[in-house]
Amino acid sequence: MSTISEHASPAATIVQPVRVQTPFRRFLSDFFDSKVAIAAIVTFAIILFIALFAPWISPQNPYDLMVVDVMNSRMRPGEKSLTGMTFLLGSDGAGRDMLSAIFYGLRTSLGVGVMSGLIALCIGMSVGLSAAYFGGRTDSLIMRVVDLQLSFPAILIALILLSILGKGVDKIIIALVIAQWAYYARTVRASALVERRKEYIEAATCLALSHRRIVLRHLLPNVLPPLIVVGTLQTAHAISLEATLSFLGVGLPQTEPSLGLLISNGFEYMLSGKYWISFFPGVALLVTIVSINLVGDQLRDVLNPRLER
Amino acid sequence: MKLLKMTVAALAAAMLALPVAVSAAGELTIGLASEPSSIDPHFHNLGPNNAVARVMFDRLIMPDDKQQLRPGLAVSWNPIDDTTWEFKLRKGVKFHDGSPFTADDVVFTFQRAPNVEGSPSSFGTYLKGKEVTRIDDHTVHIKTERPYPLMPNDMSTFSIVSRKHGEGATTPDYNSGKATIGTGAYKFVEYLPGDRIVLERNETYWGDKPEWTQVTMKAIKSGPSRVAALLAGDVDMIEQTPTADIERLKSDPNLTLSQGISNRVIYLHLDHDRAASPFVKGKDGGDIKNPLQDQRVRLAISQAINRDAIVSRVMEDIAIKAGQLLPEGFFGRSGKLQPVAYDPNQAKRNLSEAGYGDGFKLTIHGPNDRYINDSKIAEAVAQMLTRVGIQTDVVTMPRSVYFKRASRGGPDGTPEFSFILVGWGSGTGEASSPLKSLIHTYDKSRGFGASNRGRYSNAKVDTLIEDALATVDDAKRQALLAEATEIAINDVAIIPLHYQVNTWAARKGIKYRARTDEATVATDVISE
Amino acid sequence: MSVFITRRVLQSLVVIFVMSLLVFFGVNIVGDPIDMLINPEADQEDIEAAIRALGLDRPIHEQYWYFLVNALKGDLGKSFIFAEPALKLILQRMPATLELAFTAMLMAIFLGIPLGVYAGLRPNSKVSKTIMAGSILGFSLPTFWVGLMFIMIFAVMLGWLPSTGRGDTTSLFGIQVSFLTWDGLRHLLLPALNLALFKISLVIRLARAGTREVALQDYIKFARAKGLSSSRVVLVHIMKNIMIPVVTVLGLELGGVIAFAVVTETVFAWPGMGKLLIDSIQLLDRPIIVAYLMITVLMFVVINLVVDILYSLLDPRVRLKDVKS
Repeated sequence: MSTISEHASPAATIVQPVRVQTPFRRFLSDFFDSKVAIAAIVTFAIILFIALFAPWISPQNPYDLMVVDVMNSRMRPGEKSLTGMTFLLGSDGAGRDMLSAIFYGLRTSLGVGVMSGLIALCIGMSVGLSAAYFGGRTDSLIMRVVDLQLSFPAILIALILLSILGKGVDKIIIALVIAQWAYYARTVRASALVERRKEYIEAATCLALSHRRIVLRHLLPNVLPPLIVVGTLQTAHAISLEATLSFLGVGLPQTEPSLGLLISNGFEYMLSGKYWISFFPGVALLVTIVSINLVGDQLRDVLNPRLER
Repeated sequence: MKLLKMTVAALAAAMLALPVAVSAAGELTIGLASEPSSIDPHFHNLGPNNAVARVMFDRLIMPDDKQQLRPGLAVSWNPIDDTTWEFKLRKGVKFHDGSPFTADDVVFTFQRAPNVEGSPSSFGTYLKGKEVTRIDDHTVHIKTERPYPLMPNDMSTFSIVSRKHGEGATTPDYNSGKATIGTGAYKFVEYLPGDRIVLERNETYWGDKPEWTQVTMKAIKSGPSRVAALLAGDVDMIEQTPTADIERLKSDPNLTLSQGISNRVIYLHLDHDRAASPFVKGKDGGDIKNPLQDQRVRLAISQAINRDAIVSRVMEDIAIKAGQLLPEGFFGRSGKLQPVAYDPNQAKRNLSEAGYGDGFKLTIHGPNDRYINDSKIAEAVAQMLTRVGIQTDVVTMPRSVYFKRASRGGPDGTPEFSFILVGWGSGTGEASSPLKSLIHTYDKSRGFGASNRGRYSNAKVDTLIEDALATVDDAKRQALLAEATEIAINDVAIIPLHYQVNTWAARKGIKYRARTDEATVATDVISE
Repeated sequence: MSVFITRRVLQSLVVIFVMSLLVFFGVNIVGDPIDMLINPEADQEDIEAAIRALGLDRPIHEQYWYFLVNALKGDLGKSFIFAEPALKLILQRMPATLELAFTAMLMAIFLGIPLGVYAGLRPNSKVSKTIMAGSILGFSLPTFWVGLMFIMIFAVMLGWLPSTGRGDTTSLFGIQVSFLTWDGLRHLLLPALNLALFKISLVIRLARAGTREVALQDYIKFARAKGLSSSRVVLVHIMKNIMIPVVTVLGLELGGVIAFAVVTETVFAWPGMGKLLIDSIQLLDRPIIVAYLMITVLMFVVINLVVDILYSLLDPRVRLKDVKS
């Protein structure tokens, strides 16, 4: 798709260097067409940064019992602690700085959401690709299992699993993975089925390339776009689900509060006017989920061939 | 489409324009913090169950709001010899269906109460070893093997049911209302599990005329939702007002708050028994000899805790710091004990002296839905201990899991934890209850130390307690109980933190006679 | 047609059977079933009698047989806390949950579809953009947070609606329902809206996407060219064609709504079976957890079966494909 300058004189055929519009670059330009998407991705980048570097940028380590003092509890945003530190967003019932708690909470929430999403994606992808590629009996069997799992709501699966496994970061990741992998499997299988019938796969088969090579090098890259969309939206969903589970009391233990736990702990102070203990974590959770969803939305619009653009 | 939208909007406007439902005059709606697990008064010796049973069924002796014993279905009780008490029953009392109350009903109750099928925690504790005989229609004798001065206290704990309706009735029969015929101030109307219990006034009640024509009790577990329900006018009164909201509610001109100290002490129980305690480790994580067995370490822990801070910051001033097992005004208390003063430096010195100058690691376990602000108290304690060098972790869990593990979760059904946050409310309103269950050496066959999860054992204290339980003379018994308490507290058998103060909030015009036994009983709700 | 139905029914039975196997073995693997099914507070004699009654002293395949037979009889154990049959407790509370779930679905349909179609027809208008922005929020906001905010704003601050619980109920065909009374409706509004918000957003987006696709199709252009009125084009042609995917999704989501009612019931203290489940998890009342699982398995399988059948009735392509096989 390159354009070549037409007004070349026979004597000096100057070929202007032009920008090649690869599909990827086109994708990027389409994506960044929307101001909302730009804002969303910037926001998410900030949140990611906070989550990764929380221990270094937080004013206080909210889990260090030497530093947290119950005498500082329930201070308003902007008040100072006994040691002179300013609680920018106030402090909670145990004396923890809300800003630090939110940073660490984001770290936990995002960590759990992304981690479980990635693992579920890998599992779902392998299963979906195998089902689509090998077809026949394998496909039938696998899809039965996937359909079975999909007919049960994620929250129910997570609740039952957690009631059995108990509390803990690893346990909640396991529960979220089990609740989610089937979505990925179904999506991958659907697009893989479409791709599989295309000629380039036929060609690769004729060339007697190994199954693994066909699947990984040819099938997979073309299946990726819808997978990315689903992945993004699912991650947001996983974060929301984890917050809900923590709120219900079956999620993370008290010592590793995620945003959901902070919100539920803080709710009892809402009516007495100490809104900041529940409100700010709520806003943080909201912004995180909304930004991820907006990015996923835009991705889906951009990658959907059926919409006129 | 437009029509649809308009219709929806009109409906919404119409609904919102309707006045907020307010209880009709004479009707009372109470928001409870937990749901009773059954309407059967003998099924489960549990707070909410008892609160509901209390207004439908009477007891032989009725404790008032200060846990003073008042005549109920029994008008007088006296020991006629060393091991026999005579109870004279009230005449002219009718059950809700009109049938007369007689000694037969008492005898039947004694048979039924300890033997309810599937009971998670039965009333057998109060009836074990007591034999009841009917003397005439309105007299019974109750015999025990040894002298039992606490007979009246025990008789104030369970409901008397009708033999006519109770014979052969099962728990589901009580839940459906079929067998729920009592002598109490209110009659059963309906029970919608998970939703509400509705009662109506017993017009022929033998006691003070019940105030309300109808009482509805709803369970609203979440504290903020309960307060929201009160503020929105969905209920007239709530119990267990969260401490976070008390200040705001106090200044609300439409509400009245009623507060009262409870008989419940919140304390820490330590592992006295094991040489190597599972949740006590060295600073490096390795096993160490159990430091909690050294009295100096225990005292240091007690001194490291800033009780004033807990009361003011965690309990928001809705508690009273404690130095022993019962607050002022209760029988069996020691006049000499004061709450241990906050002294972290002295605590550190004690630790050094005991050889733990570097401190050690500890895990505190506690419930998160049983006592007021329980998980927050555990966190605060952990903070304070960490500051004197005892690095403390906090693990909290829902009460059913917690108590099961705390009592039996270890190997061979022994207590699992090393350092726990618990509470004890004296059901009998005096000191023998906590002493017997928490401090006395664990002895299952004789029923001692049932909640002594630290397995504290002190022979001298044991003797004092056992003597007190058999001493009928009040003054002597008071002295014995006080002495037992003093020895145990000075030996730091347990570390008392504070006594709970309970708050009931109601709309203006309703007051609650705050009860020390923490129960929310409809007959104590009075309109001004 | 009937081949299709028979096949699906058989498949459903297989699913139920497999799930019962999973649940049974799950209960056995996780812990001692004696602890699971017998009240730990019972004394030794009672425990032994219960063990014999439940067949727990027999080899495992016999135990499963006992479990299956009991389940078919409707006996799934007695709650530790309430001492009533677990199944009875759940069925008692089911009407409340179903009432909530169905109201939420109705809201999703009657609010979501019109809004979504509008947004799809005029994608660039300000109203559309607001609707879409709203749908993103509705999609992203965690249900429990929205519920708490609803209570704060509508019940406490404005005082328009009640904050917790279910309203007055009346009996309809022997079942207690609350939507026939004003008080009941007032109590139903906030929880149902809370539960529905996520689905409304979903439906809006689905309807919008569907409308956008369908509106570009040739047959719509033809209908317009023919001179059909705008409303007829929309109501008859566009709606019908987006109905199928929307209704299918909704049908499948019904199970999700019933399950997710757990959250709404907790926040609003709505006396449904979701709240019972959460309480039972907290209190370790395992017979109720097992019974809840079995009932929901049954329910979801039936729902999926019904949706499949309806779908085959609605979509001629599925019917034809089936005839061929």
